[in-house]
Amino acid sequence: MSMAIPYTVEPRPDTGLNNVKIGIWLFLASEVMLFGGLFAGYIILRVGSTDWLPGSHFGLSVPLAFTNTLVLITSSVTMVMAWASLIRKDFSKYRLYMGITVLCGLGFMVIKYIEYTSKFSHGYYPSTHIFLALYFTLTGLHGIHVIAGMSYNAYLWGPGAKMWETAPEQFTNRVEASGLFWHFVDLVWIFLFPVLYLL
Amino acid sequence: MSHHDIDIDKTVRTYMLVFGALIIGTILTVAASYLHLPPGPGIALALLIACAKGSLVVLFFMHLIDEKKFIYWLMGLAVVFFAFELFVPLLTELDNINLGS
Repeated sequence: MSMAIPYTVEPRPDTGLNNVKIGIWLFLASEVMLFGGLFAGYIILRVGSTDWLPGSHFGLSVPLAFTNTLVLITSSVTMVMAWASLIRKDFSKYRLYMGITVLCGLGFMVIKYIEYTSKFSHGYYPSTHIFLALYFTLTGLHGIHVIAGMSYNAYLWGPGAKMWETAPEQFTNRVEASGLFWHFVDLVWIFLFPVLYLL
Repeated sequence: MSHHDIDIDKTVRTYMLVFGALIIGTILTVAASYLHLPPGPGIALALLIACAKGSLVVLFFMHLIDEKKFIYWLMGLAVVFFAFELFVPLLTELDNINLGS
């Protein structure tokens, strides 16, 4: 006997939301706390430091970070367009937009790899200076989130897309939830960019 | 937002407008850094632009602008704790803050 998980598609009567959406927003609330703690650490260490050095001192590349910002913003748009394509019941467009989203995530990580290897080749490690400790921790954790989001999006683009044939509304909800996570990753970068590269 | 009550063409137009605004915001962020403002105003301006961009992402891409009350309460609570997380540790450091750098 199989039992269906309740409220994956239809809204719960008490909240008016399905469990997928409640679950992902609860998770994002915990993510706000996670990154909030690190941003608090950044502020404390920055305002309390007597030998603070900005990112430019360590050769952080503004053009590369600017490019990465554009890449992530573009990926956020393609993510919502992928979801909108499912609402329009246009699966081939969904595949196209989701594919571009995954490629943008990959592009972001390639640029990050170039940045990291450049720092390492100059002998800049997290232990070198407090700024670099913050830089590697914040961008490293963010990078892990990009990899996680990209992996799940790739699954939804590939094998996970089979669900579109059997349970299209549930699949659309999955894409929406994945999109919410992806936009959060974009949101964190929107703050990391000026904080680490420009200030 | 329920999938059944969406004017998808209008929603997509909004996405494109937000996309444009985010690109402009990113260019403004970089341009502002070349103004070489003092640390206080410089940080305030950069964070102001980042907050504006972040709001657009949360409101329109994450659909918070037309979410249910439950999500507002949930994220409102997260924002309150976030504020505590940011500012309470700062209060303990008020005597040691170095605003000159």
